[in-house]
Amino acid sequence: MIEANKRVRLAAKVRLQRDRVSGKPFLLYPERGLELSDSAERIVALCGEDRTVAAIVDEVTAASGEPRERIETEVISFLRALDDRGLLVVT
Amino acid sequence: MAAGETPRPYTLVAELTYRCPLACGYCSNPLDLARHSAELDTAGWGRVFTDAAALGVLQANLTGGEPLVRPDLTALVAAAHAQELYVNLITSGIPADRARLAELAGAGLDSIQLSVQDVDPHGAAWIAGRDDLDAKLEVADAARALGLPLTLNVVIHRGNIARVPAFVALAERIGADRLELANTQYLGWALANRDALLPARADIEQARGVAAAAAERLRGKIEILFVRPDYYADRPRACMDGWARRYIVVTPDGVVLPCHQAGSISGLAFETVRDRPLADIWRDSPALRAFRGEDWMPAPCRTCDERHADFGGCRCQAFALVGDAGATDPACALSPRHDIVRDVRARAESPSAAPPPIRLRRWQKDEQGGREKQRTRG
Repeated sequence: MIEANKRVRLAAKVRLQRDRVSGKPFLLYPERGLELSDSAERIVALCGEDRTVAAIVDEVTAASGEPRERIETEVISFLRALDDRGLLVVT
Repeated sequence: MAAGETPRPYTLVAELTYRCPLACGYCSNPLDLARHSAELDTAGWGRVFTDAAALGVLQANLTGGEPLVRPDLTALVAAAHAQELYVNLITSGIPADRARLAELAGAGLDSIQLSVQDVDPHGAAWIAGRDDLDAKLEVADAARALGLPLTLNVVIHRGNIARVPAFVALAERIGADRLELANTQYLGWALANRDALLPARADIEQARGVAAAAAERLRGKIEILFVRPDYYADRPRACMDGWARRYIVVTPDGVVLPCHQAGSISGLAFETVRDRPLADIWRDSPALRAFRGEDWMPAPCRTCDERHADFGGCRCQAFALVGDAGATDPACALSPRHDIVRDVRARAESPSAAPPPIRLRRWQKDEQGGREKQRTRG
């Protein structure tokens, strides 16, 4: 479950790769690929390095200058979508 | 898609060989196996990977037959990996050992999809001609030890559908990341064995319920996929996400197809990478353009709201059941020939019907099958 105090990193099966056709970032995993938006890419880049979900929200908020509540909703719903696909290790 | 625009493929299905130690009666390989025995060599596949990546392909599924029978498999994995493809090995796990898997992982293999035919030895022997469960469990264990993401794939049919709970338990036990409970698609060998393999509706619904409950319980741990047979759906499946749109299938001898079965459609001349570069074939081969987009669609597909979602269903099924690859997929309840599918379903429901003996995939019989097919074509 994704909560503010949890740490998240990409699961071993996931590879982040720049698409040579569109230049856009993709998460590749067995049989599938997920094209990332710019904001999703920022969140993925912050996963790992022992950051908590709250710390990721702080960093995205600082970089975007948007209200923290809005960013928090966005970050958590995106991380939940990844977690539902088994793409995250949550500790 | 606008007319004339070339779609971008995402997945290459590389059928490295049709040789296989198993003899599954639902095999998706063509009936005329022996006609494709002149396999591309290591360099030939290397060119396919390079050209596919240049077209935008991101995933390479190395499959067969059984890819492990290719002695150059490690080199092929390395070649696909060098093109930054996400390399999936689709395998029965026979013949593999720990050292071989370690070698493949070292060459850049990203994930492994292991098939299990049944957890019951008699069931496995009935459908595949042999039982290899212990050897497969070894392979699963080795894959986990190497940190390779593991998908467990089980093709579901009348003979094993009662054991779907056992397949879920097996996936948990071996630490699979993903479980595919894929009902048989009734084409090729499976079509020849359809009356022996198609489950009754109640059994499908029960298995689907088990799979759905397991998917909920294991969310985030094991991704569980249950693929219904389209004989029991009211609308056709979006076969390959549309003809020659997202998937490129290359046969062992280099023929470029939009799906595993398309070679069975007579009247389409599929081209080989031995004659023309993959990109040229993908862009303008008449056989790949035949059912691309929507211009080919007959009524009722042509004006159907769902045509963008299901692409008119499966062309091979239309050809196999109606005799016309350009017909509406008879799996669709709106097809004027849906009666064909209804009749087959009715037979599967009839409790007194003893299933006919199953015809296993055999090389020698394939050649007979090939001749029969040529006769009916002529």
